Amino acid sequence: MTADFNFNSLIWKELYQRKGRLLSGLLTISLGIAVILGIHSITSVSKQLVAEKLDLLGANILVLPQGASASDYYSADVDAPTIPEDYVEHIATSMLPGVDNLSPKLSRSIQINDTRLILTGILPVNELSSKPIWQSSDLMGIDLQTACGSAKQNESTDSDQKQAIRAIIESLSADEVWMGSLAAQELGKGIGTTIDLEGHTFKVTHVLPETGTIEDSRIFAHLHTVQELLGTGAQISAIEIMGCCNAISDGLLGKLRNILPDTRVTSIAHIVNTQVETNRMMSRISIILLIIIIIVGSFSIGNYMWANVEERRKELGTYITVGFKRYHIYKLFLIKSTLLGIAGGIIGYTIGTLAAMFVGYMFTEMVITPVAQNLIWSILVAILITTLGTLYPVHRAVRIDPALIMQEI
Amino acid sequence: MFSLKSLTKTYIHRNENIHAINHISLEIQGGSFIAITGGSGSGKTTLLLTLGGLIRPTSGLVKYKGLDIYGLPPEKIADYRNNTVGFVLQTFNLIPYLSALENVIVPLLILKKSNIDKRKRASTLLKKLGLSSRQDFLPRELSLGQQQRVAIARALANDPEVILADEPTGNLDPVLKIEILDILHDLNKQENRTLILVTHDPDSARRADRVLNLSNGEII
Repeated sequence: MTADFNFNSLIWKELYQRKGRLLSGLLTISLGIAVILGIHSITSVSKQLVAEKLDLLGANILVLPQGASASDYYSADVDAPTIPEDYVEHIATSMLPGVDNLSPKLSRSIQINDTRLILTGILPVNELSSKPIWQSSDLMGIDLQTACGSAKQNESTDSDQKQAIRAIIESLSADEVWMGSLAAQELGKGIGTTIDLEGHTFKVTHVLPETGTIEDSRIFAHLHTVQELLGTGAQISAIEIMGCCNAISDGLLGKLRNILPDTRVTSIAHIVNTQVETNRMMSRISIILLIIIIIVGSFSIGNYMWANVEERRKELGTYITVGFKRYHIYKLFLIKSTLLGIAGGIIGYTIGTLAAMFVGYMFTEMVITPVAQNLIWSILVAILITTLGTLYPVHRAVRIDPALIMQEI
Repeated sequence: MFSLKSLTKTYIHRNENIHAINHISLEIQGGSFIAITGGSGSGKTTLLLTLGGLIRPTSGLVKYKGLDIYGLPPEKIADYRNNTVGFVLQTFNLIPYLSALENVIVPLLILKKSNIDKRKRASTLLKKLGLSSRQDFLPRELSLGQQQRVAIARALANDPEVILADEPTGNLDPVLKIEILDILHDLNKQENRTLILVTHDPDSARRADRVLNLSNGEII
């Protein structure tokens, strides 16, 4: 039975013989890790969700020709000088981080039956991505494509009806237009009616939801149709960009100006500021929570290890008496703390992930999925904490006068 | 074997110097049986633990076979405790979650010997001390006399030349006291191990070759 009794057996036997204390210690470590991981998972997903919500505010950067006026962001492209359409490709091929959607447009004022409206040429898919308000109306059947969050590709979840609608939207043909709500109202147009523009007849395929901006007075046709209609060639009057808020803080505007030096790059300050500030706040909250939890977790785990070392002072005295060296005493406790760290990390990861998945969903409907990488981090953090919690008391114990330990017996 | 020169151990308690042992000089021959007696606080245990490499003296020298023990690095002093001396204490100091056999193996755990050899050595010692049928018992399952015999077996695990016993019969009844003293006496007389015994008991002291009576840290 004891043929294999060796140095490591001392550790296993101690763990086994003090099962109650082992379980309470393991529970302390596991719960500490579970809380750290749970909070971390929830704040990470919260950050993602907040970023996605912020993207609902829409495109936040506008690239205009040098001479254009930017006094009103929403109408800056109307009757502005033009820039080559190739600029869109320049930006796209520059692979600048934080540029998630490019929406080129060409806009001109037109007069129809004494009503002043704006004819705007767009690339439909790009325009949809930069106009979340159109998407949220459910008219378009296209999910939000986020700038800071992960882009949702909803091919597998769309209903057949939505797929069909999207196919129509994405393939806005040369003889089709979408009408802003005010334009449709003033001209008395609806879906299926026709409209004459610059001598050509177009079919109205969609009436867009009201936005409360100048967008409502626009008539949208395909960019290349409008270019042909106005005889501008491959020119555009603006590029709307959906830029990631973090990238904007990191100088995205300046980088865009470097790529296109003869343009004017501007941002919507209130949208960008909101995005940047909220993002910064979420990061700070996440870091503060993590620091608090790690400190509290470390103290409770360290407290358990401290108590374990203290209650074993008699044993330590005995080991020193029979010739154990400091190295042996450290080894005895550090192997134990590593074992506890591994077990506590695995259990804590499981509890923390499950709690985040179920509790997170129950209260906020956030979908949290297990991250395998977190298991490794949980184990490493648990080992770090149990080791730190063990080192100091053992350091003190091996330096104490053995005679004092013996006299306590 | 042991040569002590002006050995002093001073503790500072409430800003006051307390001399646990005070300028003790002494020669101890190998194979002798020395009893150290004296009242509480006379410095008996401090002297014993100093001989055992457990208490670094404030001043003076402890030489074992000409080697200054406290001139050695801590790792070598630990080797000295492991190889040269065996402690037998009043409270036995057995590890509660280890069997009798495993307790005897403990000093051997840090040596590069095979597990089988370690087990054989521990088993032989327990058999010699009449505990072969109790090898797998935990300390709490043994009588006090049996526990002290396990502690003696553990002290003998590395075949030490010196046995340092601190009140080894202090917790035992008169019958067990004689039994344990007989075992220690035999280790001294039959196996020629040096035995240094700290005791309050005059009967135990009388069996020694030489009695050192301590008072206020000095031999009187």
